[in-house]
Amino acid sequence: MSEPAVLVDGLVKRYGEVEAVRGIGFEVEPGETFGFLGPNGAGKSTTIKILCTLADPTSGTARVAGYDVVKNRDTVRRNIGLVFQDPTLDSYLTGEQNLRFHADLYGVPRAHLNQRMRQVLEMVGLWERRESVVATYSGGMKRRLEIARGLLHAPRVLFLDEPTVGLDPQTRSSIWEYINDLKQREDITIFLTTHYMDEAENCDRIAIIDHGKIVAIDTPENLKASVGTDRVQISTSDDQTAIQEIKDRFALDAAIHEGMVTFNVESGEHFVPKLFAELTQQIKAVSVARPSLDDVFMSYTGKTIRDAEATAGDRNRAHVMAFRRGR
Amino acid sequence: MAIEVTEQQADHVSAAIRVSVPDKGLKQDLRAVSIVWRRELIRFRSDRLRAVTSLVQPVLFLFVLGTGLSALASRGMPSGVDFKTFIYPGVLSMSVLFTAIFSAASIVWDREFGFLREMLVAPVSRAAIVIGKCLGGATVSTFQGIVILALAGLAGVPYDPVLFLTVIGELLLLSFTLTAFGVMMAARIKQIQAFMALTQMLVMPLFFLSGALYPLNGLPTWLTVLTRFDPLTYIVDPMRHAVFSHLNIPPGTVAALSPGVTWAGWHVPIGLSLGIVALMGATMLGVAIMEFQRTE
Repeated sequence: MSEPAVLVDGLVKRYGEVEAVRGIGFEVEPGETFGFLGPNGAGKSTTIKILCTLADPTSGTARVAGYDVVKNRDTVRRNIGLVFQDPTLDSYLTGEQNLRFHADLYGVPRAHLNQRMRQVLEMVGLWERRESVVATYSGGMKRRLEIARGLLHAPRVLFLDEPTVGLDPQTRSSIWEYINDLKQREDITIFLTTHYMDEAENCDRIAIIDHGKIVAIDTPENLKASVGTDRVQISTSDDQTAIQEIKDRFALDAAIHEGMVTFNVESGEHFVPKLFAELTQQIKAVSVARPSLDDVFMSYTGKTIRDAEATAGDRNRAHVMAFRRGR
Repeated sequence: MAIEVTEQQADHVSAAIRVSVPDKGLKQDLRAVSIVWRRELIRFRSDRLRAVTSLVQPVLFLFVLGTGLSALASRGMPSGVDFKTFIYPGVLSMSVLFTAIFSAASIVWDREFGFLREMLVAPVSRAAIVIGKCLGGATVSTFQGIVILALAGLAGVPYDPVLFLTVIGELLLLSFTLTAFGVMMAARIKQIQAFMALTQMLVMPLFFLSGALYPLNGLPTWLTVLTRFDPLTYIVDPMRHAVFSHLNIPPGTVAALSPGVTWAGWHVPIGLSLGIVALMGATMLGVAIMEFQRTE
């Protein structure tokens, strides 16, 4: 049996008084696509920084590709590929020059370099554009080039920190095609963070992280099955009264999320007619949804991920905007 | 069954490692130094505007200021030397000064645009990256100096191979030290505006206090002291010495215009002058490496 690709135990990261990561532990098997799902400020980026040796843990241990991230920093670095949230390309160089730079820093053997470079560039569909200066690339092309670069030195674990943030929906789905394709072609473990629910669906397993703690960890299917209820959202003439009536008559806890009265109930489509019969308030709009990862997030944290985003405050405004546009 | 698959995967993984794990140590670090150095050259080559604009100021000083002041200066100057010839070594060091500092500024840009991160997360020593950067800055700024050197004839300086090699060597030393100084500052100063403001504030005093525009003797005490603290002084003087030794001028003129650097009456030898610049460069390089080695 081989070792886990990522092994984290009792990991804590404190910045002064703020505890960004509050004692998390998990394992990622080799070949797995593992997602960290949570709102901005939940501790995702801090965790990925520790795993990539960019920050030291306050306490606890983390091993990547079998090596301790603190004790064997350089060995870990040689075995991981990184694609950051923010671009890290030299836009004055061509795509190929960016890759050659990376190859020299990571010591990719020269004998294999040209072959490997062609392989990764073709994989992300940039072989034809390799001689163009990166400044002329679109946002999606830049991200694809970063993914190609992250793979160039044949890492055992590829870290993708919010791989599609700030990209338009079409580009996002094409990036995911490349990532899924990559899983077929390369023997690699992928560790990614995201706050897009639909992206998390692509993962073999997901850890839901909130306020620096893992609140749930399982396959997307199991997580959704664990919720078991449908989500009903209604808009009424007086939402506060409606919430009170739902509590009194059906013993259900409703709350306002995304501007609508929201609650979870088994077989929602059968419940809605009762709602019309019982509520004194006029119902203006209704929606019933099967459990999604949104509901999983809500059932474990008591809020939707968008509410969590909103409370993250102004410093994350740009990401929140990107998130809303992306939906 | 599950175990079989995992073992198979493990085989693939170890095959991939054999491809990826480089020879550790010096060879790998040298490869990193080389690529960081070459990147500076590639970027310099693609940025012709920068190359041209950084020539403007030295050319202005040499031909506009030099020509304009030569009539006035000739009255106070011993015969046999043009004022342009006199300020030529200073103008050479000035051309290097700007380019070297701007090269170091690219670290601040790299940080802003994220590329610095790509370098800092690589499995190579930070020293390799800092050294590569300093060598790159030194190379491109020496190249700028060579462009001014090509204009030697217009300043009355002979095209002598020995003189040129000496001056190029001295320019290289100066460029390296200045880039190391800039990189050291770039480790601390995270904003490009702040970096530019600070260098603007430093560049002109460095130039004016170096004796580039006047001889180092017969100055008021306060100015004498300040010139001795300017690192540029210790490179302008040897360069002027080299230029004058290839001209046919009377010894009296040399003594008046290129008196050499003195410390309280003691004449500092050329070797020591250059040694001081080299030592400063090495020290600042060391500090820069230490600054970049700190983990985030």
